[in-house]
Amino acid sequence: MQLTRRDTLAMGLGATALALLPIRATAATDDLIAAFTGGAEVGEGGITLTAPEIAENGNTVPVGFDAPGAAAVMMLAPGNPNPAVGTFNFGPLAGSQSASTRIRLAGTQDVMAIARMADGSFTQTSATVKVTIGGCGG
Amino acid sequence: MISRRDFLQTSMAASAILGASSFGNWSRLAAQQALTQDQLLQFDTFGNVSLIHITDIHAQMKPIYFREPEINLGVGGARGQVPHVTGADFRRMYGIEDGSPSAYALSYNDFSALAKGFGRVGGLDRVSTVVNAIRADRPDALLLDGGDTWHGSYTCFHSQGQDMVNVMNAMKPDAMTFHWEFTLGSDRVREIVEELPFAALGQNIFDNEWDEPSEDFADYEFYERGGAKIAVIGQAFPYMPIANPGWMFPEYSFGIRDQRMQEMVDEVRAAGADLVVCLSHNGFDVDKKMAGKVSGIDVILSGHTHDALPEPVLVGETIIIASGSNGKFVSRVDLDVRDGRMMGFRHKLIPVFADVIDPDPAVTAVIDAERAPHKDKLEEVIGTTDTLLYRRGNFNGSWDDLICDALISERDADIALSPGVRWGPSILPGDPITREDIWNVTSMTYGQAYRTEMTGEFLHVVLEDVADNLFNPDPYYQQGGDMVRTGGLGYRIDITKPQGSRISDLTLLKTGEAIDPARTYAVAGWASVNPDTEGPQIWDVVEAHIRKQGTVVVEPNTSVIVEGV
Repeated sequence: MQLTRRDTLAMGLGATALALLPIRATAATDDLIAAFTGGAEVGEGGITLTAPEIAENGNTVPVGFDAPGAAAVMMLAPGNPNPAVGTFNFGPLAGSQSASTRIRLAGTQDVMAIARMADGSFTQTSATVKVTIGGCGG
Repeated sequence: MISRRDFLQTSMAASAILGASSFGNWSRLAAQQALTQDQLLQFDTFGNVSLIHITDIHAQMKPIYFREPEINLGVGGARGQVPHVTGADFRRMYGIEDGSPSAYALSYNDFSALAKGFGRVGGLDRVSTVVNAIRADRPDALLLDGGDTWHGSYTCFHSQGQDMVNVMNAMKPDAMTFHWEFTLGSDRVREIVEELPFAALGQNIFDNEWDEPSEDFADYEFYERGGAKIAVIGQAFPYMPIANPGWMFPEYSFGIRDQRMQEMVDEVRAAGADLVVCLSHNGFDVDKKMAGKVSGIDVILSGHTHDALPEPVLVGETIIIASGSNGKFVSRVDLDVRDGRMMGFRHKLIPVFADVIDPDPAVTAVIDAERAPHKDKLEEVIGTTDTLLYRRGNFNGSWDDLICDALISERDADIALSPGVRWGPSILPGDPITREDIWNVTSMTYGQAYRTEMTGEFLHVVLEDVADNLFNPDPYYQQGGDMVRTGGLGYRIDITKPQGSRISDLTLLKTGEAIDPARTYAVAGWASVNPDTEGPQIWDVVEAHIRKQGTVVVEPNTSVIVEGV
């Protein structure tokens, strides 16, 4: 059984115990990265990832990237049972190399985006998205 | 040539001296028993633009007592930095004399004794007098409301915020941003906002379905003042659907969205803004971080975390102003804006001493009219307190201890949980507790007091989760409240540890036994963010408890042991 955010009555805070600690990348993530990059070295910079610091709803988290000059971008949620979010391919006539979508996150984790640039090099970035049972603000 | 940065720092030093002398002055005046309105409002008008900031009023129309926190811990880069400095350290930092009016206004020590001498603070008719005095110096001063205005009292609840709307409108604000307002429900918020005679701002208020900026709120507003073009950009509370019930305003999404804030700053600069002001409900530490990431904001008027700082905090070329809560303070910021730049500033945090500042009769009349239909209910005395009742503090406050006691006894629970909110005035020892006083610390649109069962393991998870909202070293992951208050449950917390290992030694106080992760406990609480929460309203629970007590005594709370300070 999986408790959902709305099922758990606790101060009116929801979410599962599992969801509360950052979830580390799994072997599945490493395999996906290796398959995408072919083992090539992955640099940093040249790609921005937009994601909320704290998810308003872990079931539908808006995420997006912008990677000027990318040929393909793979997004990963390494803390999910299935870390693959999607791979976005951009043809030479693409007006921009950006995309946004909504994903479900099993818990607090670093969402990743890896870009294969036109010259065959790779670059990556990540952003921590916290999935919380909430607090009570001022 | 003096750079802009040098100039700001010079002004800062000058402002600090002005601040210090002004505080020293109060102390002497207090000794002479001669604190006057003119002295509180004294200000050498500076530059060509004046901003007036008030925030987090929480519907406190009448003068109140408000004790500032004793415990307000910062972690990471915020450790030991304002606003995480309290008491004697705070007074030393700003050169405030013990026992002076500013010590009473800005720190917690000897609160009950000083309160008897200096009296109540706030009251929106007094605030109006302050605003009018500033407008007498500078008729086109901008009055900016940082939000948490339409929430927090009996009359506000029963009028769905209309009482506060009417009183604030009488003072003619120029713009506002939002937080607790949304707990009126999005239909009601839109109904009020459509009629507001001033700008309703929030660049981070998004349409949840389309993930686009909401059309119901403007990103910014331009004002021509003193020959300068001023842009005021709104920043609503970023974590509304997390800290408050998202089901009450499902069509909106929030978040910090600092990249978009940068786009807005660039946009208003391109449109010719000489001065960029951010009217923010981020909370102080989030504003500090944002000021370091977004370039081009001259002034951040900071709300949400209820901090009152006698001097601006400078981050790069941005000044951050913190103006307290509950109507206790008004900030005046005078700016010299020339050649498309802020060249200098002068600032004063004005404490609204209710017995010193004359009420503005026009606003008193509006307040009285809003209260008249409820007068008997408001003024009914429910009990008396022998203990100073206050709320502020990272881990507990005597008001919350009393609320937790009420939950345990009235709801027959082992453990009580009470939300770590920062609003709610204080009650002095020996004073009566009226129904209004109870509502001032409990009023909300989701006040049902639930009773449920939780395992020891889940209680631990709850405490860890809330602790991370407060003590995550990255301010962007903080929501700005305090720890959930616990009744019947003790614990140890190391604020320097990562999430999952801060909380230990959970103890069931009534038996002294360790909390068993596998056992189930009866837990009562209130302010659930879940829809369909069942239970009596918390104010009725507290009222019943106080009636039975007659005279309330709250023992010092030693159930939370804090490490890593």
